[in-house]
Amino acid sequence: MWDHEIKAMASSHAIIASSVFMATVLPAVFIQGFSVYGTHLLWLYSVTGAVSVINIAVFWLLGISQPTKKNTISYKLSRLVRSCLYLLLSCLFYHTVVVLYGAPLIESALETFSLAVLLTSLTTLRCLCVLGPNVQAWIRVFSRHGAMSVWDTSLQITVACSLIGAWLGAFPIPLDWDRPWQVWPVSCSLGSVIGYLTGLVVAPAWIHFHRKQLTYKCK
Amino acid sequence: MKRLPILCLLLWLCALFYVGIYLFVSGFLLVRLEVNRTSACDDVLQPSGAQRDFCGAKPRFRRTLLLVIDALKIDFARYDPANKTPRPYENKLPVLEEMTSLRPTHSRLYPFRADPPTTTMQRIKGFTTGSLPTFIDVGNNFASSAILEDNIIHQFGQIGKRLVFMGDDTWENLFPKKFQRSLPFPSFNVKDLHTVDNGILQHLYSTMVGEDWDVLVAHFLGVDHCGHRFGPDHPAMGHKLTQMDGVIRAVMERLQNDTLLVVMGDHGMTDTGDHGGESQKETDAALFLYSPTPLFPGPPSQSEPEVVPQTDLVPTLALLLGAPIPYSNVGQVLLPLFPADGQTEGAAVGLSQLEALWVNVKQVNRFLETYSSMARDIPSESLAALRAHFSRLSTAYLASSPASSPASSQELVESMQAYLTAVRETCRATWARFNPLKMAAGLVILALACLLCFLVSQASGALGAGGRGLLTVPVATAAAVAACAAAGQVFARGSVELAWCLAPAVFVSELVMLPKHWSGSAHHLLPPLLVAGLRCASLLSDSYVIAEGRVVTFLLLSLGLYVPVRLHWDGHLLPPPHDPQKPPAGLLPPPPPAAVVRRESCVLLGCLGLLVGGAYLSLSFHACREEQGACQPSPFLSPLSRMRDSRLKNLHYGLSLAALGLWTHLLRRWLRHYGNLNASGGAVLVARWALPLVAVCLGLHWAVSATPEDSFRNLAELIGVAQVALPRTAFALLGLGMVLLWADPLTVFLKTRDPLPARGSHAAAPPPPPRYRASTGISPHAELQHLIPQIYQRMRRSLEDSEQPAGREVDTRPAVEAYGLGTVYSAPLLLLCGLLGLGLLLLHPEGMAVSFLLLLLEMGALLHIHASAMSLAGLQGVHSSDFSVPWTPVVLWSLASSQFFHATGHLPTFPSIQWAAAFVGFPGGHTGTLLPASLVVLNTFSSHILFAVACPLLLFWPLVCEVRGGGGGGGGGGQGQDEGEDAVMEMRLRENPQQFSSALLQLSTRYLTILGAQVLASVCAAAVLRRHLMVWKVFTPKLMFETSGFLVSSVFLLVGVSLVLRVDLAVGRWFRRLLPDSSR
Repeated sequence: MWDHEIKAMASSHAIIASSVFMATVLPAVFIQGFSVYGTHLLWLYSVTGAVSVINIAVFWLLGISQPTKKNTISYKLSRLVRSCLYLLLSCLFYHTVVVLYGAPLIESALETFSLAVLLTSLTTLRCLCVLGPNVQAWIRVFSRHGAMSVWDTSLQITVACSLIGAWLGAFPIPLDWDRPWQVWPVSCSLGSVIGYLTGLVVAPAWIHFHRKQLTYKCK
Repeated sequence: MKRLPILCLLLWLCALFYVGIYLFVSGFLLVRLEVNRTSACDDVLQPSGAQRDFCGAKPRFRRTLLLVIDALKIDFARYDPANKTPRPYENKLPVLEEMTSLRPTHSRLYPFRADPPTTTMQRIKGFTTGSLPTFIDVGNNFASSAILEDNIIHQFGQIGKRLVFMGDDTWENLFPKKFQRSLPFPSFNVKDLHTVDNGILQHLYSTMVGEDWDVLVAHFLGVDHCGHRFGPDHPAMGHKLTQMDGVIRAVMERLQNDTLLVVMGDHGMTDTGDHGGESQKETDAALFLYSPTPLFPGPPSQSEPEVVPQTDLVPTLALLLGAPIPYSNVGQVLLPLFPADGQTEGAAVGLSQLEALWVNVKQVNRFLETYSSMARDIPSESLAALRAHFSRLSTAYLASSPASSPASSQELVESMQAYLTAVRETCRATWARFNPLKMAAGLVILALACLLCFLVSQASGALGAGGRGLLTVPVATAAAVAACAAAGQVFARGSVELAWCLAPAVFVSELVMLPKHWSGSAHHLLPPLLVAGLRCASLLSDSYVIAEGRVVTFLLLSLGLYVPVRLHWDGHLLPPPHDPQKPPAGLLPPPPPAAVVRRESCVLLGCLGLLVGGAYLSLSFHACREEQGACQPSPFLSPLSRMRDSRLKNLHYGLSLAALGLWTHLLRRWLRHYGNLNASGGAVLVARWALPLVAVCLGLHWAVSATPEDSFRNLAELIGVAQVALPRTAFALLGLGMVLLWADPLTVFLKTRDPLPARGSHAAAPPPPPRYRASTGISPHAELQHLIPQIYQRMRRSLEDSEQPAGREVDTRPAVEAYGLGTVYSAPLLLLCGLLGLGLLLLHPEGMAVSFLLLLLEMGALLHIHASAMSLAGLQGVHSSDFSVPWTPVVLWSLASSQFFHATGHLPTFPSIQWAAAFVGFPGGHTGTLLPASLVVLNTFSSHILFAVACPLLLFWPLVCEVRGGGGGGGGGGQGQDEGEDAVMEMRLRENPQQFSSALLQLSTRYLTILGAQVLASVCAAAVLRRHLMVWKVFTPKLMFETSGFLVSSVFLLVGVSLVLRVDLAVGRWFRRLLPDSSR
């Protein structure tokens, strides 16, 4: 029934995942001394940028987000402004949460904020792309019966995977192995990106294998 | 309600854990009693037993220079000229080889074998006392690390040697005030290779050429730090060793004829530069002896020892310098240093081999006798063999004359050496070996106990109905098996060992109990148990144990955030949408009012915010472990009296006072809000008077103890008195309060609307209205509206139930109002918690008041989160009929207790124990050890205690908060069907005694399971990683703290549960007294 949609999702996810790889590989070709650990923040920004751009492009091209009721310029502008505001708020929110989880408050605030930006691009931006600047809908999506389309389900899966990845990424930090990836926030950002990639792979597969059980309310 | 069976079952479960812990610990931790006796010059140790002043004779050496180079491995000291491409650490000390080959009678190099644990402090202890330190040396040096056992430094001081020390400041802690001159340098910073060494070198040569020393100890740390930082295979190590080579050369040049030079390493290092374990690389250090006068009778011969045990240095040095051998030495003299028996005339002064050995043997024998009379851990058969050996030796020695043949004296020497080696080996076998069998038994029993606890908690509903016969079978089997085991031991060995009676008994009884409770249902418990599992797993890694405070907070926050996420996922957090897709009308209850759901969600999220904020703030109260490099201990940890800046001091004092006041106020406010402050019983008296009075005492005590010594000179006496009186008054009040609370835990105030009918003794004359009005909180009207009518309902119903014939006259009978009946169980518990909290706060530094307030707030937040989550789930159809507490809050509770263990400035390490707690109220010290020990235990485990006592609150809180969900808005309509039934708060428990008891049992066993799992994890860590580098530094202290924490927690959990049962008993009596009375 949703074979078409699942295929679209799989291909779009493949594009996004490859964009993450490109964002890792390409700068290494062009920039001297680029590495994931060494110039971590650079890598982080490049992944953030790539994921954001590709996400927006893919979802805009696919036309997933709900059709807007009004089509005036001012309405679109207000949506844009609200989206930006939400992104900023989400960055601040993630920053606060990460600090509460034990990240240093003052020193390496830039690293913490970069991680928050990455998490925002992996989760909030996707919410924006799929659901539009509508917090009510965001909250609604993350409940058992909240998903109203396969895209909502995939959103659930990728967001959960990214966040769990970031959470798991904090585990190796206290270990005394003195590895370059234990430095804050390398393991967390790596964890969230790996979690995100996992989510991208898992989401279409899971939906495909559970398509019999999935029933969505009409939009 | 079954009170006794619950308590017995819990006791039994705890006992299982205790036995497991006891078995494991007795197999793992080696305990040696310290013999606090010292040798003296007039000890009868002389040959032939003649009374002679031992120290009077002229010793061979007047002075000695002890050059300790930390971690000087034997490989560093050897020199191999054939090695053309030496590694950085090889061939860097050529001076030793040069000397031994050039002047073979003056110098010798030996491998010097240390006993594990190969850490510097233990080693210094080892080579100064001549004993084998175990993990715990039980002595009475309770609060300091100073060596109180007899040691060579003490002996040198006794015979009038002038001692000078320079180097590693560990010595200064171990031997306070023993050195005439001391230049300690900080040993802490491992990254710093040069401070200590350069400090020593600045003073060493100038001191040496002076005449004001007899014994000079210089302890270099550079090699060790270099190993820790770079490892041995690094150019820096080469530089360091070359520097040491120069130092040894320079020292030798300045030596005088009457001086003995000892260059030694205290331990070796592994290839990575670490030490602490028992591999040969760590234990084999170097020992180099040199003197400008001939030291040895000849060049190295066949009879030279291959390896010198570290303990052997003490008797050798002592006899060479003419000091008595320290009392607890078990080493033997280094024979090549003493002239053989025939050559006594040649070597002018000093003891011959035979004499030295005899002195040594007599001293060791004396120590063995003393020790075996104090402790029983040396096996009796080997003790008897050693005694026989000694008596043979002594007859042989006394029979031998100076003129006897060299062959027979050689035989005697060998026999004496054999004796000394045998004693040493016996002691090592007793003190330095694990008992793997006991460890395994303890591990198995603990694991089974955990499993059993888990199963009991899953199946407690069935157990509630089980009744009294539940425990008889296991207890009876245990007793029978124990008796059998004891009898078997008597037959086999003639003696009974307690451990091996307990182990089979408990094991069998566990096996008997297991199948009874076996049930395969394990659902809905993944995430909380996953978090608990992570917590347990974190105990297996030293890094996580070091960072435990943060790890626990992290897990607490994660699980706390999981609660609303899960609720939302299940669709319980938000009010259901207005257009439900046609629910089957008959099955689902009508959707709850959105306002109620929204309010509950807000409470939940607000409390979550409080929890998160509290947890984050609590991070700033942590102390620092040695291993955490860049860490500043919390400023709140130091007592006010140490603070210099008076404005800061006032600020801290004000903050502490505010926290203290808030603690008291919040408790009283809660009690007042629920109408528990109206009655005139013991508990209410405590809440009204004892609580604030103790708080006042506390505040005054802080003020008094924070006053600087020099100000208020004329009030010094008063201050002295106050320092004793105030804390003791607080202790007395607390004790009195607890007794009163136990004696009369009811906080119910009874009021009849109609004051006319006569009453019995239970209610004295009805108090005038202002009295209860004044104490019904800030909103008496709201209170009257939503509290009293419901309780009245409950009263009326119970009157109806029991008084069937009179039931018809309900309306005409004088109505009864009971204040505080709704929180009759939780109020005393909370009060006990508050009292205990104040008492424990008294034992802490003042700044911790803020942390305690955070603890109370977080406890409240957790309780409210639990209550809101329950009621949100309940509001939307998932109605659990029983009162069982799910795993999530229990895991949160245990995590919070660990979290506040750290947030009250404690750490699972021995140096971080707050010894000052033992002197609160007893500034002059103690006579016994029981009182200070219990004060320190109370201080250390205060968070465990508070959370364990308050654990049953998890059961009551959803009921306490229920009134808010249903009653506050529209007269209890929200709850659904029967408003009268729903509004009776904790009286619902009384109505379902069966479910009450099973829920209480379940809650306690769940808490016990989690605590037990933590103990099991740390026991596993200690057992599996017993060869780990960090076992003595991280895992063993953690094991000790975890097991003691479990003991304390379980005891106080039982206290909390028994208080609940006590209240239940009192409530039962109260009802029985009331009903016939009211029917009159």
